[in-house]
Amino acid sequence: IFCIFCSFRQINFVLLISRQGKVRLTKWYSPYAQKERTKVIRELSGLILTRGPKLCNFVEWRGYKVVYRRYASLYFCMCIDAEDNELEVLEIIHHFVEILDRYFGSVCELDLIFNFHKAYYILDEILIAGELQESSKKNVARLIAAQDSLVEAAKEEANSISNIIAQATK
Amino acid sequence: MDTVEKIVEDFASDIAISSFSSGTRLRDMIRAIRACKTAAEERAVVRRECAEIRTAISENEQELRHRNMAKLMFIHMLGYPTHFGQMECLKLIAAAGYPEKRIGYLGLMLLLDERQEVLMLVTNSLKQDLNHSNQFIVGLALCALGNICSAEMARDLSPEVERLMRSREVNTKKKAALCSIRIVRKVPDLAENFMGLASSLLKEKHHGILISAVQLCTELCKASKDALEYLRKNCIEGLVRILRDVSNSSYAPEYDVAGISDPFLHIRVLKLMRILGQGDADCSEYMNDILAQVATKTESNKNAANAILYECVQTIMGIEATSGLRVLAINILGRFLSNRDNNIRYVALNMLMRAITVDTQAVQRHRTTILECVKDADASIRKRALELVYLLVNDTNVKPLTKELVDHLDLADPDFKEDLTAKICSIVEKFSQEKLWYLDQMFKVLSLAGNHVKDDVWHALIVVISNASELQGYSVRSLYMALQSFVDQGSLVRVAVWCIGEYGEMLVNNVGMLQGEKPITVTESDAVDAVQIALNRYSADVTIRAMCLVALLKLSSRFPSISERIQQIVSHNKENIVLELQQRSIEFSSIMQRHQSIRPSLLERMPVLDEASYLLKRASTTQATLAADKPTPAVTPGGLKLPNGVAKLATSPLADLLDLSSDDVPAVTTASTTTAPNNFLEDLLGIGQINASTAGAPSSASTDILIDLLSIGSSSSQNGPPAAGFSPPSQVGAVVPEATDLLGNLSSSTPVSGTKSTPAVPQDIDLLDVLPSNTSVSGLDNHSSITAFQSATLKINFDLKRQPGKPQETAIHATFTNLTSTSYTDFVFQAAVPKFIQLRLDPASSNIVPASGNGSVTQGFSVTNNQHGQKPLAMRIRMSYKVNGEDRLEQGQVSNFPPGL
Repeated sequence: IFCIFCSFRQINFVLLISRQGKVRLTKWYSPYAQKERTKVIRELSGLILTRGPKLCNFVEWRGYKVVYRRYASLYFCMCIDAEDNELEVLEIIHHFVEILDRYFGSVCELDLIFNFHKAYYILDEILIAGELQESSKKNVARLIAAQDSLVEAAKEEANSISNIIAQATK
Repeated sequence: MDTVEKIVEDFASDIAISSFSSGTRLRDMIRAIRACKTAAEERAVVRRECAEIRTAISENEQELRHRNMAKLMFIHMLGYPTHFGQMECLKLIAAAGYPEKRIGYLGLMLLLDERQEVLMLVTNSLKQDLNHSNQFIVGLALCALGNICSAEMARDLSPEVERLMRSREVNTKKKAALCSIRIVRKVPDLAENFMGLASSLLKEKHHGILISAVQLCTELCKASKDALEYLRKNCIEGLVRILRDVSNSSYAPEYDVAGISDPFLHIRVLKLMRILGQGDADCSEYMNDILAQVATKTESNKNAANAILYECVQTIMGIEATSGLRVLAINILGRFLSNRDNNIRYVALNMLMRAITVDTQAVQRHRTTILECVKDADASIRKRALELVYLLVNDTNVKPLTKELVDHLDLADPDFKEDLTAKICSIVEKFSQEKLWYLDQMFKVLSLAGNHVKDDVWHALIVVISNASELQGYSVRSLYMALQSFVDQGSLVRVAVWCIGEYGEMLVNNVGMLQGEKPITVTESDAVDAVQIALNRYSADVTIRAMCLVALLKLSSRFPSISERIQQIVSHNKENIVLELQQRSIEFSSIMQRHQSIRPSLLERMPVLDEASYLLKRASTTQATLAADKPTPAVTPGGLKLPNGVAKLATSPLADLLDLSSDDVPAVTTASTTTAPNNFLEDLLGIGQINASTAGAPSSASTDILIDLLSIGSSSSQNGPPAAGFSPPSQVGAVVPEATDLLGNLSSSTPVSGTKSTPAVPQDIDLLDVLPSNTSVSGLDNHSSITAFQSATLKINFDLKRQPGKPQETAIHATFTNLTSTSYTDFVFQAAVPKFIQLRLDPASSNIVPASGNGSVTQGFSVTNNQHGQKPLAMRIRMSYKVNGEDRLEQGQVSNFPPGL
């Protein structure tokens, strides 16, 4: 008689934290005020960074679940509802990491520090509203490349204009 | 590293579009920040950068806007305030070029959230971009809208998004579908506009569109009943086809994850199927075959495959599946549970918890494995397993399960001990069938984890001991022995000290020995030693010290030969800096020295504590605590101010003591404590209430009762094991006749008239349960009524009618009465029964329960006991309702059905 009621918001937020607790990327799909965000990050760093290597990849936190996975020095964390599929979220994390890896060519933490905005652009092609957008890594790579080349074209145009101005004012 | 530098180089030039620009580049700023050795240095760099950015903003320098936005985002990520840059996002978005828009939208999503008013200003730009001819600009706008739009924006821009779902671009279509999810979440009324579009997208081939559309359908079902019905009619075929195609498809490198084609699409379709199939037999039947196929054909050695199986099991458990399919699902969970991967075991435990309501027996089969998980090294797994074990406990397995849990207490992680202790106590209280067993378990818990036992638990233990006249001797001896080895466990010390004070002579004289109990040799001075050690050891714990002083005072009357020594110990505290202890010491000393004539009657044993009223207080206290956890304090019944009695200790008994010493007449001081709420500790500690026995007997009568109690205790030791009177035979749930038997036994074995002994009669053991079972049985044969549930807020009566000629069928008429002064709305009653019982619920007469018992709600239902005569009727019930709009939940177990149902 007790029905199994499920809620279906997929991902509440995404966090990338380094082993030292430095934030490398945050994306909030549910409303959290600025102060609250800092608190959440601090709480979760304390919970996750201290866990041993052989334990399961899930921690229960404030009635939610945080699925995390460590890649070298970085922890990729996604917060989901208690009813959601934890195993699938692990796959989503890996999906994201593989796409980053192909884009940067063996991605490392420094890539994500100096090119943090690119990591965000890629994430925006994978998730919208906390829901999955694209299951094909190739499609994501193609879309990002197309948009990068738009930026490239605009830059060249700007350069050529400035060259013309420079020559005219010589 | 080379590649990093190169990309950084590229990026830096990409940011600094104009070669004339001044100031540091993004890369330089990041380097400068990373080079900082202290937080102060970092703050200085950030401050300098922010100042430059502010200047650039005020001078409206367009060339630097792009780069400054990137810097601001980095600074924001470090946790510094960046609100001054919010308007810059809007300017970048309004620019014509793609690079500006791209970084502008990113800044918008990062620096702002939906509650900021600035966001409204962007609506116009968003509208323009949604209508842009470049699909990537449309994509940027859709992404931003989907991630941060507010309800107002959702309403304003919904028509644009609907239109874009019909676009020819794949990229635009899928983004528009996901964006609609956010729109529907913000404004559920808009759901109906999207349902036709969403179901037509399910006919597409592109996986990105399919995934987005399936997720949108899921959201629509949640938002609107009409949409759910519409999608049930129109989508189920499409979904089955999608799942069949993807699960049968040959190797596709684009979507392959560990040998499985697109696990993400699999999982999302399964999830939507669960919603469509829930409560709909036709829909469920339609998906039967494909679910069986996915459950059997998915190879489960990789995480992706297990993720699909896990989702598939959830769907099978959620829909109206055939029993064959359910067996398949439970077997998958069994395999998961024995997997060596911690992640898989975790989700198995998680899922079994939900499966328990569907098929308890199947989950019970895995009990041993689950119990092993309670001892796992991983905290997440332990926590899940413990909660599951708690749900698995029933009358038949409670003893072995409790034993396992108690045995583990010793080895458990300190962090975990608190959870474990709370659960063991709760199990022991709920399921104890014999007092002796309950006491033994509680003594073990107190010894191993006494510091984690909550106050209300040890309070309840004292109430039980006080009521169990035959077990008082055994209790005080067991506690004394435990105290010798575990003096560092606070709650153990409290209970032991209280018992030594009350039943000291039973300790010394081995009164009321149980069969098989070994006699121990404890002298009067040993008993005093034990209390003295506790008094000295817990120098900072006022509660323990106060209890010790009371115990010593009582012992001074029980052991007159060493009262000199006791007096000395007590007077040591005359100068204690804690006022409470100082006062006790001075006043107790004066009782011992100057009022020897009244001392024996003053220090008689505590009257039997009223279990029923304690349980009622305790239940309402727990509720008050729960309510206090919520942000808005709710009206709590019973007018309780404190979550538990401890804080009152310092004041209330003090007042009693003052009265006591000034009047010299103890009988006068007794307030009507038994009816006043939350005076439990006063009941325990306050010695002023000599004659506060529930029957309200005059003080002379209370002595008689004490003698009665003693005589019962001693006579029973001759009559064989006293525990036998308490332990019901294996017939579980037949609680009512036991209670009557007990009454009969006692009144026949004691030469006292019935009225006098009433307060001393041990209450039925079921009182230990949170639910008081004041069972009133009228006519056991065909028609009877019971109080199925009573808390401080809610009372439920069952009128039971057996169908003539069909002994296994019982019609039940439930009456719900609201005991508080606020009416309950959205009242829902749910019941769960073991598998061998069938249950049919009729609708309730209303879903509003009026306040103060002013009328009540009724609901009829019938149960069929398929194992009638072999197993008794049992039922778990759950009532959810709202008080002033706030959700409340109460639950309980009905185990007081008359026998023979």
